[in-house]
Amino acid sequence: MTTTEIELRASRRQLLTDSTGLAVGAVGFGFVYGLTAREAGFSPIEAVAMSLIVNAGAAQFAAVGYVASGLAWPGIILLTALLNARHLLYSAALRPWLRDVALPRRAVMAHLLTDESFALSISHFRRIGRTDEFGYWLAAIGPDGIFTWTLATLAGVALGAQIPDPGRLGIDVIFPAAMIGLAVGLITGRRELVAAIVGAGVAVTVALVSSPSIGIVSGGILGPLVALLVPKRVAAETAPLGSLESADRYFMPDSHLRADMPADPATADGPDR
Amino acid sequence: MSTNLVLLAILMFAVTYPTRAVGLLTPGLDRLPKIAFDYLQLVGPAVLAALAAVSVMVVVGDDEVPSFHVGIEWVAVFVALAIVAWRRNLFLGLVAAVAIVAIARAAGLAEIPA
Repeated sequence: MTTTEIELRASRRQLLTDSTGLAVGAVGFGFVYGLTAREAGFSPIEAVAMSLIVNAGAAQFAAVGYVASGLAWPGIILLTALLNARHLLYSAALRPWLRDVALPRRAVMAHLLTDESFALSISHFRRIGRTDEFGYWLAAIGPDGIFTWTLATLAGVALGAQIPDPGRLGIDVIFPAAMIGLAVGLITGRRELVAAIVGAGVAVTVALVSSPSIGIVSGGILGPLVALLVPKRVAAETAPLGSLESADRYFMPDSHLRADMPADPATADGPDR
Repeated sequence: MSTNLVLLAILMFAVTYPTRAVGLLTPGLDRLPKIAFDYLQLVGPAVLAALAAVSVMVVVGDDEVPSFHVGIEWVAVFVALAIVAWRRNLFLGLVAAVAIVAIARAAGLAEIPA
């Protein structure tokens, strides 16, 4: 066995370990999503279909809230698009690593691209210094993948009927707690923090004078606009695509060429290898 | 058993899949204006925080008029936020939030929602 193969296996083991750790949270989150969906009137088929078809925990949880509050479908779809827009960044960052994978398989990979699969796979690729298609599949359909998420949803929506008077148990607080918890995970700098604070403030203010749904849309649109006014130099995390900082962070060959960076990931000599 | 919301799931997929696929399937995404990427990066925290804040701070009464709400849910959500920020463990944060509200309601210190 060559050194490269040993490193590959070690990195895959690391990926599997990390994925298993994340799966514990995913099982719990999927269960409470199913439970909350049931409380909002979703049937088991609807809740499970949402997990399989949308495969985006935050957007699904938000959709449960929208449906429960009576928000019209166009509003739900608009907010889903806004909430999931961050996947643009993930897919662009992964493209250099997966560009040689056959197009049909990349099309499937795209559906499985989540916060977790992105984080696990990009870390794996950086560890080994090249692409590993099997590693991506491991991140996407492994312990923390779509099937675990869907089965946990099914368990939540099925067993939820056994829980009497969920209001007394505090189930209703799961939704806002999950939303703020997911927001914390996305706050990596001062700009994100300002976006969250302004988004929340605008949302509550507008909701009180109009309706909750209009408030949420207003906060989601205006929060980022105000945050863009924060000078970039004071943000802790400023790694937009196309910048050298993002190349340093994600080591994106080809699309972020720099003088000392080879274009081919297979020949790239990153700092952490 | 209702299946009406399956169509909603398909429509949500229709707006989500392109954001996941465009970078993987098409070249040249990095040629979009940088300001657009900066904006997109900020949408997630803003929308999620807006959802959380409105869920906890705004209630709509029988008369359909929104009003400001203060309750044990504030404490629960703040504790969840602190735990997630500290331990990076969402599930633990959710368990803590639910426990706080359940105990407060069982002790008669907080109202049970209708």
